[in-house]
Amino acid sequence: MSGDFSADVIIVGGGPSGVGAALELRRRGVARVIVLDREPDLGGATRHCSHSPFGMREFGRVYFGGAYGRRLTREAADLGVDVRTGHSVVSLGMDGVLTVANARGVETLSARRVMIATGARETPRSARLVPGDRPLGVMTTGTLQSYVAFYDQMPFRRPLIVGTELVSFSAVLTCLGRRVWPAAMIEAEPYARSRELYTWLPTAAGIPVLKGAELVDIRGSRRVEAASIRRNGRVSPIVCDGVLLTGRFTPEAALCRQSPLGVDPGSAGPAVDQDGRTANPVYFAAGNVLRGLDTGGWCFREGRAIGAAVAEDLARDGDAGAAVPVAFDDPVKLVVPGLLRRGGLAAPALRDFQLRVTRRVRGRLSLELDGKTVWSRDGAWMPERRILVPIPPDAARAEQVRFRLAEDA
Amino acid sequence: MSRISAPPPQDLFDVAVIGAGVVGCAVARRFALAGAKVVLIEKGADILSGASKANSAILHTGFDAPPGSLELDLVRAGRAEYLQIREDLGLPLLTTGALVCAWTAEQADKLEAIAEKGRANGVDGLKLLTGAAARATMPGLSESLISAVEVAEEYVVDPWSAPLAYLTQAVALGARFVRDAELLKGTFDGDWTLETKAGPLRARAVVNAAGLFGDVVDERLGFAPEFQIRPRKGQFVVLDKAAFAHVPRIVLPVPTEITKGIVVCPTAFGNVLVGPTAEEQEDRVRATVETETLQALLKRGAEIVPALAGMPVTATYAGLRPATEDKAYRVFVRAEKRAITLGGIRSTGLSAALGLAQHAVGLHAAFGLPLTPPESVPRVRLPNLAEPCERDWQRPDHGEIVCHCEMVTKREIEAALDSAVPPGDFGGLRRRTRAGMGRCQGFYCNAHLAELAKGKVAVTPCAAEKDEDS
Ligand SMILES: Cc1cc2nc3c(=O)[nH]c(=O)nc-3n(C[C@H](O)[C@H](O)[C@H](O)COP(=O)(O)OP(=O)(O)OC[C@H]3O[C@@H](n4cnc5c(N)ncnc54)[C@H](O)[C@@H]3O)c2cc1C
Ligand SMILES: Cc1cc2nc3c(=O)[nH]c(=O)nc-3n(C[C@H](O)[C@H](O)[C@H](O)COP(=O)(O)OP(=O)(O)OC[C@H]3O[C@@H](n4cnc5c(N)ncnc54)[C@H](O)[C@@H]3O)c2cc1C
Repeated sequence: MSGDFSADVIIVGGGPSGVGAALELRRRGVARVIVLDREPDLGGATRHCSHSPFGMREFGRVYFGGAYGRRLTREAADLGVDVRTGHSVVSLGMDGVLTVANARGVETLSARRVMIATGARETPRSARLVPGDRPLGVMTTGTLQSYVAFYDQMPFRRPLIVGTELVSFSAVLTCLGRRVWPAAMIEAEPYARSRELYTWLPTAAGIPVLKGAELVDIRGSRRVEAASIRRNGRVSPIVCDGVLLTGRFTPEAALCRQSPLGVDPGSAGPAVDQDGRTANPVYFAAGNVLRGLDTGGWCFREGRAIGAAVAEDLARDGDAGAAVPVAFDDPVKLVVPGLLRRGGLAAPALRDFQLRVTRRVRGRLSLELDGKTVWSRDGAWMPERRILVPIPPDAARAEQVRFRLAEDA
Repeated sequence: MSRISAPPPQDLFDVAVIGAGVVGCAVARRFALAGAKVVLIEKGADILSGASKANSAILHTGFDAPPGSLELDLVRAGRAEYLQIREDLGLPLLTTGALVCAWTAEQADKLEAIAEKGRANGVDGLKLLTGAAARATMPGLSESLISAVEVAEEYVVDPWSAPLAYLTQAVALGARFVRDAELLKGTFDGDWTLETKAGPLRARAVVNAAGLFGDVVDERLGFAPEFQIRPRKGQFVVLDKAAFAHVPRIVLPVPTEITKGIVVCPTAFGNVLVGPTAEEQEDRVRATVETETLQALLKRGAEIVPALAGMPVTATYAGLRPATEDKAYRVFVRAEKRAITLGGIRSTGLSAALGLAQHAVGLHAAFGLPLTPPESVPRVRLPNLAEPCERDWQRPDHGEIVCHCEMVTKREIEAALDSAVPPGDFGGLRRRTRAGMGRCQGFYCNAHLAELAKGKVAVTPCAAEKDEDS
């Protein structure tokens, strides 16, 4: 039967999660594992994060920038993973048939299981509906870091940094590393979206951190010449030659959105069950495509766990059955897994629900199975913080699964 | 590059065209086809630096144009020529048709008159449909639709490749294109002497196609002002390609006196756009977007096509219409000075450009300067960027895919950079190739693109550091 397929498993995306899965699949004896990545090298988003250490959790030592991807490449080669870079998957067919573009043209590949591990990207200016002129010099952290890491270029000398997520501080480091002093760092909320503690970094470098400040105008004909912010009802100009829009990660899930798999309205990535299986049991997904951003180490381990599940899924007969969606309301933004299947594997790949909230809230978070509260906790929940709730063993048998977050009055 | 640099000052051109918007590009082509020695001068770093940069990309039929107007004649002539030449030039056409939709009883009452006017304007394929019948042709429309007029021949085109193709053909016929060449002053002494930022030029006749600066250029040519430009801004949102399946047709509202209103419309590149607004403003250059307006457009889009609710936004933009105090095209001929002004081409210039060009050559006949058409016309064909047709990435040996969202290859980018009318700025490269215009807006490819453009395009994002280091 497997003779009809190009591979047992094809993994779309060669970042930490995709390669983590491939290594695990090979360790578990799955014969033919292909990793497709559209970039020239493995590593995904770690390739341009030159200053961040990666690899401690997975390899017991740290790597910077491209070195991490090279380690992934070595590991994959040692374990006999068929790595094909410069291969861009352009559509997903229902039965694990993929249309793939590469320098030679277009081909079709197929596999018994496919894993989507296409990562996440920051929300660009357009999708944030940022007002003003549209000159050069408005970009995201990922773009900036690509300029620096791949081409040794710095597109501005005095950017305004918008956002206070973890990646925003990574942007500050990238700037400082190139002796570029940001004009300011602004945050629309009255608090830092990651940890307040991190604001020592820009503060120590003399960069003002302005909370409760909203970007209300960008000016410039060819390049950015100035921006305006509104804070406490007052609009004031900031002289800058670039605007760095950081964070607000969104899954790179166009492939799913344009296929019958679809995307989950909360996460904007494919919904998966406790084994990482999507609505279509041929397809699995892992890593940042599930939820926006988590760390490289987390994604690698998640890839491994879901890779192990794929190996088991291939080895067993029988299907996982119908999926029950996990319900939730604002201010919960997303829940992964967003589906549960009664016929999942005996040892599920995901042990915890991972939640995110849309804003800082205080209140009681609870999990209901068939209308009965089985877990609850009071707390202050932060938007960029991973919230983990253990998946109860009997959750997969429930007909109704719902998270509630009752805000304190 | 030689054909796009400034010519020696002693050259005498038959025609100098001022402004490389869609109208100026079409005019340059038509005069070149007629055998004139043409120079096209443009203030900006690239073609399409004004109104033509941002529009709805609809090839209009003229169904709602004022009856008996010059605009109607030229929209019809321009559209007819587009349909005739577009395959040779490699220009796309989405034969979507449009539905003029009535959402209120009051609007529904107007449909009969709209259809009647359209027929009187000589437009075929107009049909009054019930809401259900209209929805049968486009199931994504909201159920609250009361009735509609189908205008079967309203189509969608690629608004950037069309003018580029016109100019490329003109250049292939020997026309000169000079950018960064703002016209400062013109004097007529039997021939024209034009002072530009790129140096002086001599020409027998001039055509003012300066769009948003049409009145200013008339003054600089020494003419008493006949009209005044009153820019009217239109903001748009462009939705993700996933929206395309829901919008197979152009959805038009019942027009009011001032504007065609908010349109929901597929693009040649497989997206959907919602817009434009109509906002009077003084500024002729700044075309800003505003958050609240964009939000309102998203909301309106989802009211018209409910499946658009929550659809990711790919891009936002705004354009300025070169409107004047009068609705009509402001076309003036000063035969004694051999000057033609094509002014106030407000909201149908993309459709009418080729018609305006024919008209201009016709007016030129009165100047008593006969032209002899060339014996042969070189073949010009632009690379296809439109979604329904084969793209470069689907063919072998394209190097690599640089922009993953729009699937733009290295070969396409290099070809654009080395073309007869190469991009003058980064935006021009994006418009010629679509690189960076997709859903990630350059998150993945912007740096790579800047690297490929380095040294070939004057303004790239990296030049900032170069300035500092040198
Ligand atoms: C700007 C930025 C800064 C960051 N800073 C840190 C940090 O300091 N510390 C930290 O731990 N983490 C950081 N991260 C996060 C870390 O890089 C990610 O968690 C990790 O790379 C995610 O792994 P992934 O495998 O899920 O996705 P990715 O690494 O994003 O990999 C996805 C891969 O899929 C490929 N792909 C996508 N679509 C297709 C397709 N259609 N066909 C073929 N291939 C495709 C891509 O080319 C890419 O290689 C940062 C991320 C970004 C973007
Ligand atoms: C929001 C919006 C939606 C629209 N939708 C449609 C549509 O769907 N279909 C349609 O057919 N039309 C549409 N239009 C109308 C169409 O875009 C315009 O009619 C057309 O672009 C006008 O072109 P132009 O060449 O006259 O002017 P412009 O494009 O403004 O060109 C003039 C050029 O002259 C240059 N210039 C100015 N001053 C000087 C100088 N002193 N020296 C040298 N050069 C100079 C400018 O830089 C510019 O490049 C729309 C317009 C807008 C704004």
